[in-house]
Amino acid sequence: MATLTTGQPTGRFQFYRGRTSLAIDVVVFAGVLAALYGLFGVGRVWLAPFQPSAEISRSPRSLPLYAMYSLGRMGIAYLASLIFALVYAYLAARNRTIERLLIPLLDILQSIPVLSFLPGVMLAMVALFPGRQIGLELGSILLIFTGQVWNMAFSFYASLKSLPQELVEATRTYRYGRWQRFYQLELPFGAIGLVWNSLMSVAGGWFFLMACEMFQLGNRDFRLPGLGSYLQSAANHGDTGAILWGLAAMILVILLLDLVLWRPLIAWAEKFKFEQVESAETPHSIVLAGLGRSTILAWLRRKAIAPAWEALTLRVARHEAAEPPEVPPGQWRALAARAAGVAALVFILYGAMRAGHSLMELTTSDLVALFRGAMATLGRVLLALAIGTLWTVPVGVAVGSRPRIAALAQPVAQVAASVPATALFPIVLLLLIRFGGGMGIAAILLMLLGTQWYLLFNIIAGAQALPTDLKEAAAVYRFSGWDRWRLLILPGIFPYLVTGLVTAAGGAWNASIIAEYFHFQGRVMATTGLGATISHATDSGNFQLLLASTVVMAMVVVTINRLLWKRMYRLAHTRFQLG
Amino acid sequence: MLHYTHVTPKAVSHLEPIIEAKAVEQFYVQQDGHRTQILAPTNISIAPGKIVALLGASGCGKSTLLRILSGLARPAAGEVLWHGQPLDGRSPNVAIVFQSFALFPWLSVIENVEAPLKARGMGSFDRRKRALRILDTVGLDGFEKAYPKELSGGMKQRVGFARGLVVEPEVLFMDEPFSALDVLTAETLRGELLELWTSRKIPTNAIFMVTHNIEEAVELADRIIVLAHRPAHIHDDFEVGLAHPRDRKSPRFLELVDHVYKVLTLPDEAHVLPSERPEREKHAPLPHARPGGIAGLVEILGDRGGADDLYHLAEELVMELDDLLPIVEAATLLGLVEVTEGDARLTATGRSFADAGIEQRKQIFREAALERVSLLRHIQSALRSKADHALPAEFFRDILDERFDAEQAERQFQTALDWGRYAEIFEYDPATDRITLHDAALAGAA
Repeated sequence: MATLTTGQPTGRFQFYRGRTSLAIDVVVFAGVLAALYGLFGVGRVWLAPFQPSAEISRSPRSLPLYAMYSLGRMGIAYLASLIFALVYAYLAARNRTIERLLIPLLDILQSIPVLSFLPGVMLAMVALFPGRQIGLELGSILLIFTGQVWNMAFSFYASLKSLPQELVEATRTYRYGRWQRFYQLELPFGAIGLVWNSLMSVAGGWFFLMACEMFQLGNRDFRLPGLGSYLQSAANHGDTGAILWGLAAMILVILLLDLVLWRPLIAWAEKFKFEQVESAETPHSIVLAGLGRSTILAWLRRKAIAPAWEALTLRVARHEAAEPPEVPPGQWRALAARAAGVAALVFILYGAMRAGHSLMELTTSDLVALFRGAMATLGRVLLALAIGTLWTVPVGVAVGSRPRIAALAQPVAQVAASVPATALFPIVLLLLIRFGGGMGIAAILLMLLGTQWYLLFNIIAGAQALPTDLKEAAAVYRFSGWDRWRLLILPGIFPYLVTGLVTAAGGAWNASIIAEYFHFQGRVMATTGLGATISHATDSGNFQLLLASTVVMAMVVVTINRLLWKRMYRLAHTRFQLG
Repeated sequence: MLHYTHVTPKAVSHLEPIIEAKAVEQFYVQQDGHRTQILAPTNISIAPGKIVALLGASGCGKSTLLRILSGLARPAAGEVLWHGQPLDGRSPNVAIVFQSFALFPWLSVIENVEAPLKARGMGSFDRRKRALRILDTVGLDGFEKAYPKELSGGMKQRVGFARGLVVEPEVLFMDEPFSALDVLTAETLRGELLELWTSRKIPTNAIFMVTHNIEEAVELADRIIVLAHRPAHIHDDFEVGLAHPRDRKSPRFLELVDHVYKVLTLPDEAHVLPSERPEREKHAPLPHARPGGIAGLVEILGDRGGADDLYHLAEELVMELDDLLPIVEAATLLGLVEVTEGDARLTATGRSFADAGIEQRKQIFREAALERVSLLRHIQSALRSKADHALPAEFFRDILDERFDAEQAERQFQTALDWGRYAEIFEYDPATDRITLHDAALAGAA
């Protein structure tokens, strides 16, 4: 019989339980101290009087503080996204009526580029906190939030909808309450998806950071101190030195985040993999192993977290056991829900009418311009996808089918992918201007820079997942090179290619607002396109045009999603699903 | 080792059922109003003390019925009563063991087992104690901290059993519990489950299992329900009536397997379950023991309070165990003694035999012998069929010769003679070498 041990952690943070180390404790303690200092610093600025356009210093010396500000904004936006995504997905997955409303809404929301939210968000926040910097800060955070949240919500919704049937039945047979079901089944099952989508979301946050920290709204100029505004302001002034400094700082911050946050998270999330057999290779993180050796953390876990968690769980369990399960909603509740639904509908109809009214005022030439812009952007998106596919398929397959190269190439590619393309954009523009080439080419290049990685990673994963027996069959029956591609590789990687293309296309449309319209060396560089129209409308405060162009973009993206990507997806999951 | 209070299988079979499903059915109404029937209106009841197996082809609706009975799914019509009370969305105290194990991969073995207790609000100390105890029972001692993915299929299903048993379910439901395991592992687990069940080490009153494996059902179940499909309905329902553990090669076992196989493969034809004939019909060899020896054993056991260890007994009687065993075997065959795990114990009949006088003893012996020893029954009916109730002994020797070698046939004959004469079933006259029915012999003498 094993010894009785009580007060064990309850399945959450299980770390390596070996030797502990003083050095790590010191680092942990210092980390807490630094975080507190950062928090106070941010608080001081936020509560300061309103200063809509802070003077952005281009000295490298202000970079650490700026990085801190940007990190603070991104962190808060990310936490808000996480909570919002969990709640949104949970509501949608639990209630059929709400689901029919929320999921199409999510589809539309994610096709709206971040700048389209800008005027509404900014004006509302500044009005909400008049005379305080916090309004502006919250506005910027909300903008970052709108760029991060949708895919996380989709990911958690998808995992809630694909919970393994027998596990759900086990939770019901063994009378799990809602809380225990959430933290022992639903959250762990969605954890890996959430971690990877968090990674993508935060990468997206870096991509749009410049747009979220420094922008014009009509005749008002908004600038918030941060890495994004530093880079933007360096680009505005054509200050190559400052651009390089800012770029270096951003890459450094991203690499640090990767080391202390994402690697440990990915390694930790490995335990949530829904598999019956342990996989041979598992992600590993030095930081995670180190944290497991910290005495402070171990003490906290034993003395505070575990007992608190236990008390909470038992309290909720006893409470839920006491109340009769599955009470059908009372009549008044059903009535209230119906009334709320009707009220929401009336509100939406009124809003739509006003919007329609405003759109009626657009002239025919405006509409023609919008249509031409949409076509131009569509052309660029398709071209960027085509170029991306052309180079990533052979390279991805080559890397993916050689495990040793894959092991070497993957970290390199991940770092390359984590550098936000927008930060490179000024440099790209500098080079293009020197060697001749217009904004049209630059836009395609930026879209490519921003989206090719989704393709590459998916194709590598697809090539790695090609079943060995099929590869051996191709070898035994002496397939020619072309037949190998036609019969084995292309069908095999097809589902992965489609996933990559869908993600890349979404990214490319969103990127168009920066790629087609850029403040550089004191002037605006722009080309014809829907993204340029949106950016221009925001800059000049033309809300009518902004609304119209946003609606057009959402319509085009949603239509393409429905007509093209959804079908490809279905094809991928029916005809080309392996195993 | 744990012993839970638990009703003995035989004593309570007449008690009221734990679960009673009345006309439960399952169907879906499609958008065009067309109704797809999954489960036809079905009555079924689960009595305490039984292992019930639900057999049927894959996808015939077995699992649907299991989920309705266990309260996981509500029937589209009809109702499920637990102890006579409608379920109405309450979840009864049951456990389900799943084919896919349904363990939470991110929880360690002990966390998986503790989770249902946590859901009931049990504190951490009691929880851990109970979980460790049940892990010990199912043979997982030492694997508490392992994660499911580190375990083999058989070990995973042990965790599944531990998680089910830790809530002390009134009924243990099993949905194809051994189907995902390899043949040998499944066999081991079945044996261990049966051992826990028959020795009452698991705190559950009834077991309801769904399986598509005929031999598995015949090996484990006290009652077999065969489901036919489109829509699912009960096609056959019978008691197995064999004692555990069962010999998979015994004729009755094979007969039952054959019967279920026919029911499943030719569902449209009528199949009558062959009535149960005792296996001794084929004249299983009689143990070579004299009635006096048997009576002696019963008396000794009676003196010792009705039970004793066999080795101990042999030692005290200064007998070789090999010499004692035929006597014990004979007493067992006659239903006077039961042997479990090396202990011989008097049955109720045995006890009255021990307390009876000589005439009563002969009567008890006669009744037991005629009921349980086919050879004696055979001799009796053969004698009865003759007008003078007598036959030459050669007649029976010839019959025995066909089944045994010469020496063995003679010994069998002598034993049957000994028993028959003691029980006053027939008389034997060595002079004429004829056997006469006892009553007829008496009548002749009178």
